[in-house]
Amino acid sequence: MTGLYQAMPLWVLFVSAVTAVVVFATGEQWQRLRTTLNLSGAVIKLVLVGVMLWGVDQGHTFVVRVPLLAELDLVLHADALSMLFATLSAILWLVTTIYAIGYLEDSPDRARFFGFFSLCVTATMGIAMAGNLFTFFIFYELLTLATWPLVVHRGTDKAMAAGRTYLQYTLIGSAVFLVGIVALYLLDGPSDFVAGGELQHLGDAHPAALTVIFLLLMAGIAVKAAMVPLHGWLPAAMVAPAPVSALLHAVAVVKAGAFGIVRVVYDVYGVALTQELALGVGLAIAASFTIIYGSLRAIWQTDLKRRLAFSTVSQVSYIALGVGLGNPLATVGGLAHLVHQGLMKITLFFCAGNYAETHHIHSIHELDGIGRRMPWTTAMFTFGAFGMIGVPPLAGFVSKWYLGLGAVDAEYYWVIPVLIGSTVLNAIYFLPLLHRAWFRPPPDGATGQHEAIPSLLLPTLFVGFASVGAGLFAAFSWSPLGWVDLIVEREYLP
Amino acid sequence: MTEFLPVIAVFVPFLAGVLQFLFGPRVVPWWPVLAVAATVASSLWVVAAVAQGGEISHALGGWDAPLGIEVRVDGLAAIMLLLTAVVGALVSLYAFAIYNRSHDNASHYWALWLLLWGSLNVLFVSGDLFNLYVALELVSLAAIPMVLLAGPGKTVGAALRYLHFALFGSLVYLAGVAITYGLAGSLDLRLVADALADGGLAGALAAACLVTGVLIKAAIVPFHIWLPAAHGNAPAVVSAVLSALVVKACLYLLLRLWTEPLAGITGAYAAQLLGAIGATAILYGSLQACRQERLKLVVAYSTVAQLGYMLLFFPMASALAWEGAVYHGVAHGVAKAALFLAAGNVLAYVGHDRVRELRGLDRPLSVSLFAFALAGVSIMGLPPSGGFMAKWLLLSAALESGQWWWVAVLMVGGLLAAVYIFRVLRFAFLQAPGPAIAEPGPAPGALRTWPAMILALLAIALGFTTAPLLGLLGGLPGGGA
Repeated sequence: MTGLYQAMPLWVLFVSAVTAVVVFATGEQWQRLRTTLNLSGAVIKLVLVGVMLWGVDQGHTFVVRVPLLAELDLVLHADALSMLFATLSAILWLVTTIYAIGYLEDSPDRARFFGFFSLCVTATMGIAMAGNLFTFFIFYELLTLATWPLVVHRGTDKAMAAGRTYLQYTLIGSAVFLVGIVALYLLDGPSDFVAGGELQHLGDAHPAALTVIFLLLMAGIAVKAAMVPLHGWLPAAMVAPAPVSALLHAVAVVKAGAFGIVRVVYDVYGVALTQELALGVGLAIAASFTIIYGSLRAIWQTDLKRRLAFSTVSQVSYIALGVGLGNPLATVGGLAHLVHQGLMKITLFFCAGNYAETHHIHSIHELDGIGRRMPWTTAMFTFGAFGMIGVPPLAGFVSKWYLGLGAVDAEYYWVIPVLIGSTVLNAIYFLPLLHRAWFRPPPDGATGQHEAIPSLLLPTLFVGFASVGAGLFAAFSWSPLGWVDLIVEREYLP
Repeated sequence: MTEFLPVIAVFVPFLAGVLQFLFGPRVVPWWPVLAVAATVASSLWVVAAVAQGGEISHALGGWDAPLGIEVRVDGLAAIMLLLTAVVGALVSLYAFAIYNRSHDNASHYWALWLLLWGSLNVLFVSGDLFNLYVALELVSLAAIPMVLLAGPGKTVGAALRYLHFALFGSLVYLAGVAITYGLAGSLDLRLVADALADGGLAGALAAACLVTGVLIKAAIVPFHIWLPAAHGNAPAVVSAVLSALVVKACLYLLLRLWTEPLAGITGAYAAQLLGAIGATAILYGSLQACRQERLKLVVAYSTVAQLGYMLLFFPMASALAWEGAVYHGVAHGVAKAALFLAAGNVLAYVGHDRVRELRGLDRPLSVSLFAFALAGVSIMGLPPSGGFMAKWLLLSAALESGQWWWVAVLMVGGLLAAVYIFRVLRFAFLQAPGPAIAEPGPAPGALRTWPAMILALLAIALGFTTAPLLGLLGGLPGGGA
């Protein structure tokens, strides 16, 4: 019985993998059966993740180990950091499944869509619970492969071109990543993720090799985290259906990259070694550049989803920034942003999907007066935008506050102007949208309230209020921030 | 009893093939069903015996080496027998859907296929150079007529070219065997190594002839020119076997020769040369695969490329490289059979296999296309799959030996494979208007879709079965580190 309980990470993967297979197998015509399967898969997974969350909090260990080669194991485990990402994905999977069922009503190829959708979530869960770099890579690549059919789902020439761009970036990135992993294994032998860094024992040996390997690993991961100049695939991938943009491109794929950065810095190299090799500050500089560049590019985008995509490019790098600063407070800010950004950005993308699906609005010029026609959606959009800008006491403010405190603490004062500059730029590209939506008159002929259908609106409301709650209740121990405190405690005081 | 198992695994398919030839069409399909089942069972029995008791070796007729003929099954041979049994069984299932009673050539197909299967098993269990020569000839002589089963029109030229190359390769190999016999007075694989190493120029010539002969038969660049036409035009069931097993058997022989009789004579330069040939094959074959307009030619050129990975063993020659090269052979065998069977379903449904015109196929042919994609994952060397584990081993071997240039080859090869696999999938997913499929054939039945799917799933499953399979394989012969 304890064996089965310890193997929880495997069951969690199993649930979504089986959902994927069964959804593929049921085929196109059994719509109600498919919906039931999707929802029950998502609910069962959420329950399992909840049990694991409780277990990790209680200090239980969850490990599954499958030997593959003489010294190489496939390892799934659950630690506090795993659960941060796993819980976020499990909750948002359920919400997005509901949203996607509404969004794709009556469109073709839904079995294929939901099959690959579940496969993506399997991969995301695997990334969250990977216990070593080898296992991480397996699921990281599975995510690449399972996302491609979703990017090209519509089958148009534009979708195909986006799919090609996506593969060019991700496959080349992962080839580099793989070489880095193999080199690291040859240098130090295979070992699991260890809080505080598995390479800690190497001390001062091999600084050059470790630096090169770090760069290889980061080059591979930074593609998915969409760090400049490796971000080109993300805006292109916005051609995918809204639920894909929302869950995968705002949360799963880019977060897989950000999460990988966290793992490599904390559990492979260790904060001390990263700082010693001056790799942390390099990462922080690259992240700061991405933050400013992404925001600047967002200002000139007229397509709503593309503007949000560049916003993602910018916002995800807060996580890398927090990690790179290598200081407990900054780490809290960065990790909390993993959840905060996820909630806020999925809200924004759901809203964009609602606009597109209900009123065929794709360009920001078409947003005039939409606040009167879709007040709930626009209210949620406003929450998300204010959160992104970092208006207190919303979630984005909490992340930035801790990042700033950490920067001061670590005496990286140049980070403060970056944070302020990013806030100003966020305001520049979000406030005009809100002005259009609430204060401009609707174009002629369009009057009366016409909200999105409930299966789109309810998930939007849920994530919108959740993103507000994450900021308002940040002081409680059960908030994302509270959980992050636990992680950081375990990382810095092993 | 155990020592006779390999002989049974050889004689069952041979005898069944000969009888099929004599009985003719009236025993189809029940006789082939029995024969395939018996062949698979006897092969698996040998594999199980090796897995439990280690290497089997047996001198036929009681004559020991150097006079007698030695039958020998070590870990490598057992792996190849296992691969052949699994791929053979699934390809046979697919073949039952085509070469049944209603097909004119059914009897010919089954007779040839069983003879080919028997010849492959002979090759794997032989322990001396002359027996290996005979087996190599038998393999070619059974394989070449199978190309003609697609109908005489376009395949005669391909088959003839295949025949010319095969005969030329045999002659070169036979010359090597003759010189070796002159030097060593024996043909047992393990007894000739010293004589060859001491043989000076003659020994080097013998080694060069043996290796070149095998390279020609294995369709390694620049001797590949017969392969795309032959594998691309043969019926899908035949292409699958040719690409997955027949050329692989030739490379099996090369690994065998290199690590045993030629172990004392091969230098670093020869090894680097073979590695360079392998790298050329990978890059050239992949680039050609990206340019092909016909699906089966894409898959055939992919074989040209994938065979090159196995040659990367020679310059590194470490335990990791040994495991990587053999595992690559297994993973490629399974995945390539899946690709050809899936391509066969596309060809049968659409009526042609011009890549650009294969639009919107994911709806009518979802299972076959899924199989193609899954097998493609292994071919690209992406996880989780057997191809990925092989690539991991080869990458580790390259970095471990400090020969970083092979790392670059492995990376570029994988990316080019992604280009040609996704190119096919891209057209298949495309919904944009284009030339519609004129007269779609009947959708392939379960007997045609599922063997491809099972093979593809096996290619993925191989990503998790490295521990038992590499345990069966055993370490590098000679214990090199």
